[in-house]
Amino acid sequence: MRHVISLLIENESGALSRVSGLFSARGYNIESLTVAPTEDASMSRMTIVTVGSDEIIEQITKQLNKLVEVVKVVDISEAAHIERELMLIKVRATGKDREEMKRTADIFRARIIDVTDASYVIELTGNQSKLDAFLGAIDSSLILETVRSGICGIGRGDRVLKI
Amino acid sequence: MVLTGAEIVIRSLQEEKAEYVFGYPGGAVLHIYDALFQQENVRHVLVRHEQAAVHAADGYSRSTGKVGVALVTSGPGATNAVTGIATAYCDSIPLVIISGQVPTAAIGQDAFQEVDTVGITRPCVKHNFLVRDARDIASTIKKAFYLARTGRPGPVLVDIPKDVTAAKAEFEYPAEISMRSYNPVVKGHHGQIKKAVQLLLEAKRPMIYTGGGVILADAAEALTKLTRMLGFPITNTLMGLGGYPASDRQYLGMPGMHGTYEANMSMHYCDVLLAVGARFDDRVIGDPNHFASEPRKIIHVDIDPSSISKRVKVDIPIVGDLKEVLEEMIRQLEAGTQRPDAEQLAPWWKQVEEWRSRECMKFKNSDEIIKPQFVVQKLWEVTGGDAFVTSDVGQHQMWASQYYRFDQPRRWLNSGGLGTMGVGLPYAMGAQLANPGRPVACVTGEASIQMNIQELSTCKQFRLPIKICNLNNRYLGMVRQWQQLFHGGRYSESYMDSLPDFSRLAESYGHIGMKVERPGDVEGALREAFARKNDLVFLDFQVDPTENVYPMVQGGKGLTEMILSAEDL
Ligand SMILES: Cc1cc2nc3c(=O)[nH]c(=O)nc-3n(C[C@H](O)[C@H](O)[C@H](O)COP(=O)(O)OP(=O)(O)OC[C@H]3O[C@@H](n4cnc5c(N)ncnc54)[C@H](O)[C@@H]3O)c2cc1C
Ligand SMILES: Cc1ncc(C[n+]2csc(CCOP(=O)(O)OP(=O)(O)O)c2C)c(N)n1
Ligand SMILES: [Mg+2]
Repeated sequence: MRHVISLLIENESGALSRVSGLFSARGYNIESLTVAPTEDASMSRMTIVTVGSDEIIEQITKQLNKLVEVVKVVDISEAAHIERELMLIKVRATGKDREEMKRTADIFRARIIDVTDASYVIELTGNQSKLDAFLGAIDSSLILETVRSGICGIGRGDRVLKI
Repeated sequence: MVLTGAEIVIRSLQEEKAEYVFGYPGGAVLHIYDALFQQENVRHVLVRHEQAAVHAADGYSRSTGKVGVALVTSGPGATNAVTGIATAYCDSIPLVIISGQVPTAAIGQDAFQEVDTVGITRPCVKHNFLVRDARDIASTIKKAFYLARTGRPGPVLVDIPKDVTAAKAEFEYPAEISMRSYNPVVKGHHGQIKKAVQLLLEAKRPMIYTGGGVILADAAEALTKLTRMLGFPITNTLMGLGGYPASDRQYLGMPGMHGTYEANMSMHYCDVLLAVGARFDDRVIGDPNHFASEPRKIIHVDIDPSSISKRVKVDIPIVGDLKEVLEEMIRQLEAGTQRPDAEQLAPWWKQVEEWRSRECMKFKNSDEIIKPQFVVQKLWEVTGGDAFVTSDVGQHQMWASQYYRFDQPRRWLNSGGLGTMGVGLPYAMGAQLANPGRPVACVTGEASIQMNIQELSTCKQFRLPIKICNLNNRYLGMVRQWQQLFHGGRYSESYMDSLPDFSRLAESYGHIGMKVERPGDVEGALREAFARKNDLVFLDFQVDPTENVYPMVQGGKGLTEMILSAEDL
């Protein structure tokens, strides 16, 4: 099963490698990992997307909690939550493809944020499947480059991850 | 008060009441050694190899419960220390290791004797720090000691660049430390404990299985009281020996790969298992699927939630400090109306006694050749069961654990988790320094002892009257045993050729050496050695090279699938 784990961690050098080292040392999967400081600069928030059986996920959260610099861990995918990912994609946009590309971007509510004679850079946010769908909808031979941020997640409603 | 970083390091160690620092100097720690030189409270023990420094600090800790301290230089000093750190980590031993680092400005420049010590040690420490400012030294050392000894204990490393030890800063040792990200649970959940006590009272075939956690938590007394109240059979893992008196009738011996028949059968066929500070290691339960094939309810008490339901599903998890939890169980039992019912347990005890009557620890003694088990039995007799016993890793380790009956905690020092050959002598050094005047024996093998034999020199310098009992079988015996049983008798590289004459080697270090070749001489030699209260004696016992450790559960097999003796092969 796919899980989205959010955690708060002291914003100290080396903290990221403790987390990534834990995953590699114990053979846990990382599908994506994002990290940035929170509104309190002494703390970072990390979102990790991982896959594993219930037992493995239980061990992952316990092991993460055990790291001295980790302040709090929640599996936000246990309840209603929102996931967002940002993708930037550079495509060839010439001739009839140029118009077609713009139309597809509009349908997905993507924004064209850089334009040259021959290319666009398109910005798209959404959950993973929306980004995948966009990639599926355009002619793959036109893709020059893509970059995805990995997932950020947050619980819906009253669920708050804070100290 | 304004001090140099180096002085702050030493003052902080004084504040932590560190008696001994085991270490080895070098460029990056010269300021620290200079500060050490100018005071007398913290005593330094100069080892002959940094690995032994960490092991000795570890042995000091195992025998006392205090935090052990080691000091090493950057680069090779730190890498030599890694085996020691990993060994302590695997057995949850509280240590603080201070390592020198190249000056801050040189970090990342491939400087002389630079390694990424924090990176190299990250997976084998509870936590580590790189101190970049002299103002942070005191609070970091305070945190290091606090982290090392609280929660699930473990080694903590503090890496300090040379310029930071030279810089000056105001020294004030923090009285207290609090970390928002680190708050180990101490008290167990009252309701869970209540459920557990109820289950224990209802059990028809109960079993208590305890481990290193009992030793680490200093909970032997509470465990003994609870076990006697309940009247249940009990087993202690290799790390938990001495947690419950081995000479007591309720004690069934060690479980696991080389555990007793009665302990393993009881672990397997019980209906309620109370697991206390033990982590269902693969050397203990064998194949987890085979273990799960027999239904039983499991209560698991541990301070580390990640130890619970890791390899075996648990019915009643209790997270907390063992001593607190066991004492709470005792209180609830005393307060409740229901008492453990001896009659209800009688059929189970009958079964247990039947298993025990197999006498699985019996061995065929000989008049011609010294049996290694016999040496350990005699060691137990001669020391009245009251020695600190360290061991290395191999067959001799298993025989020491099987035939020396530990009635008290912190008397048995060995590397269980990492299984590090070479710990025996440095563990004995740490134990002897911590317990002056007390008998300390190191049961070792001719291969293991050579992994830190240079420490005979340290023992001379610090006058450590350790008794080394070398069970010399001329083989990497444990390797030879596996090759005999599972690799068609192809003894690939397991013969120890070109051995030194150990007794003469010991003499050349200024100690006493004794070579013992006949069974009839074993006891006399041991008595003579222990009578020499001020000397290190190296007893080189020439033992039967063909002897194997039994009982044995093959790796990956079930607990009940035991080879009890050579006749079972
Ligand atoms: C050659 C060889 C053969 C071996 N054969 C055997 C064998 O036959 N039988 C055997 O038993 N072992 C054997 N071992 C040892 C084995 O590898 C493990 O090291 C050992 O079984 C683990 O012991 P443990 O379960 O007691 O856990 P430990 O490693 O001692 O762990 C202690 C547990 O207690 C917890 N704890 C610590 N402090 C507290 C506290 N204050 N409160 C609550 N909980 C706490 C920790 O979180 C941890 O889960 C062998 C090792 C070697 C090298
Ligand atoms: C540092 C290290 N290297 C290798 C091993 C693997 N190993 C386990 S037991 C053993 C043999 C030990 O021989 P000895 O010390 O003579 O003890 P014996 O088994 O003969 O009693 C070896 C090589 C180990 N445990 N540690
Ligand atoms: Mg040997």
